[in-house]
Amino acid sequence: MISTIIFTILSLTLLGLILAWILYLVAQKFKVQEDPRIDNVEEVLPGANCGGCGFAGCRAFAEACVKAEDLDTLFCPVGGNDTMKSVAGCLGMTVAEKAKQVAVIRCNGNCDVREKVNHYDGYSSCAVMASLYAGDTGCKYGCLGQGDCVTVCNFDAIKMDPRTGLPEVDEDKCTACGACVKACPKSIIELRNMGPKNRRIFVSCVNKDKGGVAKKACDVACIGCYKCVKACPFDAITITDNLAYIDYNKCKLCRKCVTECPTHAIWEVNFPVRVPRKTESEKNEQ
Amino acid sequence: MSKTFSIGGIHPHDHKISINAAIEDFPIMDMAYISVSQHLGAPAEPVVAKGDKVKTGQLVAKSTGFISANIHSSVSGTVTSIEMLPDIFGHLVKHIVIKVEGDEWEESIDRTAQIVREIKLSPKEIIERIAQHGVVGLGGAAFPTHIKLTPPPNKKAEYLLVNGSECEPYLTSDYRIMLEEPEQILIGVKIMMKALGVEASFFGIEENKPEAIKIMSRLASASYPEIKIVSLKKRYPQGGEKQLIDAILKRRVPSMGLPIDTGVVVQNVGTALAVYEAVQKNKPLFEGIVTVTGECMSEQRNFRLRVGTNLERVMFAIGGFPKDAVKLISGGPMMGKAVSRMDAASVKSTSAFLLLTQEETKRGEEGSCIRCAKCVDACPMGLEPYLLNRLSRAGRLEELEENMVHDCIECGCCMYSCPANIPLVDTIRFSKAQVIKIIRSRPKK
Amino acid sequence: MKKLLVSPAPHLHGKESTRGLMRDVIIALSPSLLVSIYFFGFSAIKLAFVGVITCVLVEYVIQKYITKSKVCVNDYSAALTGLLLALNLPPSSPWWIMLIGSIVAIGVAKMSFGGLGQNVFNPALVGRVFLLVSFPVIMTDWSIPSSWFRAGADATTGATPLAIVKEGLSNGLTMDQIFAENNFSYLEMLFSKIGGSVGEVSILALLLGLAYLLIRKVIRPHIPVTIIATVVVFSGIFWVLDPSHYPDPLFNLLTGGILLGAIFMATDYVTSPMSSRGMIIYGIGIGVITVLIRNFGAYPEGISFAILIMNATVPLLNKYFKPAKFGKEVKNG
Repeated sequence: MISTIIFTILSLTLLGLILAWILYLVAQKFKVQEDPRIDNVEEVLPGANCGGCGFAGCRAFAEACVKAEDLDTLFCPVGGNDTMKSVAGCLGMTVAEKAKQVAVIRCNGNCDVREKVNHYDGYSSCAVMASLYAGDTGCKYGCLGQGDCVTVCNFDAIKMDPRTGLPEVDEDKCTACGACVKACPKSIIELRNMGPKNRRIFVSCVNKDKGGVAKKACDVACIGCYKCVKACPFDAITITDNLAYIDYNKCKLCRKCVTECPTHAIWEVNFPVRVPRKTESEKNEQ
Repeated sequence: MSKTFSIGGIHPHDHKISINAAIEDFPIMDMAYISVSQHLGAPAEPVVAKGDKVKTGQLVAKSTGFISANIHSSVSGTVTSIEMLPDIFGHLVKHIVIKVEGDEWEESIDRTAQIVREIKLSPKEIIERIAQHGVVGLGGAAFPTHIKLTPPPNKKAEYLLVNGSECEPYLTSDYRIMLEEPEQILIGVKIMMKALGVEASFFGIEENKPEAIKIMSRLASASYPEIKIVSLKKRYPQGGEKQLIDAILKRRVPSMGLPIDTGVVVQNVGTALAVYEAVQKNKPLFEGIVTVTGECMSEQRNFRLRVGTNLERVMFAIGGFPKDAVKLISGGPMMGKAVSRMDAASVKSTSAFLLLTQEETKRGEEGSCIRCAKCVDACPMGLEPYLLNRLSRAGRLEELEENMVHDCIECGCCMYSCPANIPLVDTIRFSKAQVIKIIRSRPKK
Repeated sequence: MKKLLVSPAPHLHGKESTRGLMRDVIIALSPSLLVSIYFFGFSAIKLAFVGVITCVLVEYVIQKYITKSKVCVNDYSAALTGLLLALNLPPSSPWWIMLIGSIVAIGVAKMSFGGLGQNVFNPALVGRVFLLVSFPVIMTDWSIPSSWFRAGADATTGATPLAIVKEGLSNGLTMDQIFAENNFSYLEMLFSKIGGSVGEVSILALLLGLAYLLIRKVIRPHIPVTIIATVVVFSGIFWVLDPSHYPDPLFNLLTGGILLGAIFMATDYVTSPMSSRGMIIYGIGIGVITVLIRNFGAYPEGISFAILIMNATVPLLNKYFKPAKFGKEVKNG
């Protein structure tokens, strides 16, 4: 009995040793010569394999970083500046700091202000819906609300708001990888600078129709009235095809355009609540 | 013995309830909205301007580019504007808006009822005349007919196949013209045969239209022996080009190929009539037979409808939009397009307006795939819709190409037969478009 | 203005539903169930009842509280699994065996793979094989419980004809001797074989179910026909070579649940191939493995194992045996 056990243990140990030795030889023989720095760089990357950097995955990005002369054109949106600093550290290079970005939804046509003109009853995908027809509201530029951006988000940062029927970005979770920007068939989502104190101002509309048509389809559409352009002291706003666009590099967050916009298409985010100005009558009362 | 295609197919209830409604002229509207993009290919360029007087049948937009077609006014009156208006999908398309004043036709159009049997024009002249009069395929895709009748120089047409199968449920416009204008259709077929230089033609009609088979066979055997009437089994999608060729000639169009690769050109019955009118009567294509039908309606109609008629007006003519109806389809229920807005206008290839109730058309709740293989059995192209659907949702385009997603004819058989109500065609159609784009972008060998 | 409904084509949909298909299979099983109630009385009812209720309950609980997905027990698929399992057990099985089998069938074989449409192996068969391996004594006790209708008739038979043959052959008897000893009658097997699981008591009732499934186009004939043909041909070869040691094809066909397996278990949508060619190879595989197990294996019957083994090959069959494409390799003229 005991001898059986001992024999088993011995023979298995021997077998294990022989196989380990064979494995070692094979591993030596077929060893792939690879720059060890690739592993080091990959180590510091987030490992989400989201493709936000423009490469197939984190490994591909790491290879590109190692090959690159400088890191100016390479950026990992998920890891941000900290990660890029670590990458630069691994490779003995320096890297310029980039402004943190966030995805913004440029459509605020919720159920109340943008009336449905028909009902969609097909596969729940914006891409499929957009390839079929112009959409279930009068606005053919706006959000279709089927949530392709939600599906593609690797970071759980976009959710459909059932109240408005529009997607909402969680700015703490958003890494600005750009997956939603690519997924949106209507090109509504844009990556914009996070802004100081996370404050930013943008036109929450992509309707290129003439004012009357746009307004008829949606109460909060940009009608291309130029009021914001005139109000802006920094020349940050331009209008092309009846649609205003705020250049986030020029915008100084003065908030003048927001109050000017007659349709409330310009949004301000994370600003303190305004103290309502006293009207003439209130002043008289005092 | 009736013929049919070899694989797949379904047998939906045919609902041909408008079969006994004779064709009636639709009353002329006050305003016509004529789209410049009524065909496959490049939109036509308007040749009239605001304020111009136009006559019925006058050229209003000229074809641009190789695949394009002329467009003619369907009414007489004054052009009030040329503006971007929504089509049935809500996309903005350039429309020529004409205020109707009377109904004065171009003098060159022969408006008599007399049948012109003698084909005087040469093949080249025939094709020119067809192009000039803006004839497009009326089977659904609206492909310009003159291009289809001009095979590429290295390919030769052997047979002309005429599709009178009308395999889509509900539709009866083709049936009505076969009943009411059979000889004109046969002359149209003869004209196309002359243009193509083919000796024989097969004319397929499904068995559920015995009256049409009888009339057409009698006429063909008496006066047009080169046209053979073929009785087909009732089966959807018999009228698909590839299926029709398979059914009648037992030839198979190769993947990504065209019917001409098997020496065949397929034309629709309606197109044959349009060709007859264009060539023999000098009448451009500006009106067509449109079935207006639906189980929810008390009356079924077959109208001769001018192009550019507002849909609301059509609904008004049938006594208003039926209360129970929820969906308006332009075309048949299997491949037709759902209309998203009523302020759009009819186009050349409009063959029907079908009204369906919630109960008839509403999609069931999607369940999980039980791999019953009903979609595989139903697919007339021998594809595996369940697999294509799964790959489409994952966006795996390479595997989709391996599994021949580009062969899909979007007939809807798979989705019709799916017991779990999976929107197979929605996802497959979308990925098919992507795959075809990739295939086309590759350099040719 | 009326708000229209917009969706991509097609706008018409067939009347078939998952629920309807499952219901059809249950209807097709009902003749066999009725016959077994006639023969086995309350025990058949008890098994079917416990099976259906347990399967539905287990699926409900898992969907509602564990996976927290949509509850879809109303598609009858769980009920069908329970019924099939009941029909695959010996009539004298106690109710708790049925309970354990159902929990394994739904909980392990179906829901742990992701529910309806995701499982690799036929749940009812996994349940049955689990019970067969875990409780071999109970699962091979073929004594016949008393029935209301047949009180006292043919009181007990200890084993199925197949088990008798296996036993006899291992004791050195020839087929003729075994047949003579036990008074086997093909006619009796066809109408009301005694000794066997609940569902296989009457071959005729099973064939009635097959006819119903084929007429309603619930299944295609490929799988049952190839299984039956393969069993007949393959066991026929052995029989021709040595009739004294191998049972004849007809005997093989009428015993040991070949028909129950071929008609109801092998044709399970989820675990069978999608294309006709795949179905035929799948059927041949089941037939060959069954005959091999019967003639050379330890178990007297073998279709359950054969089906489970072939279930595992289905993904491969789906990959390599695709339907003939319309436009591929075209030969004209």
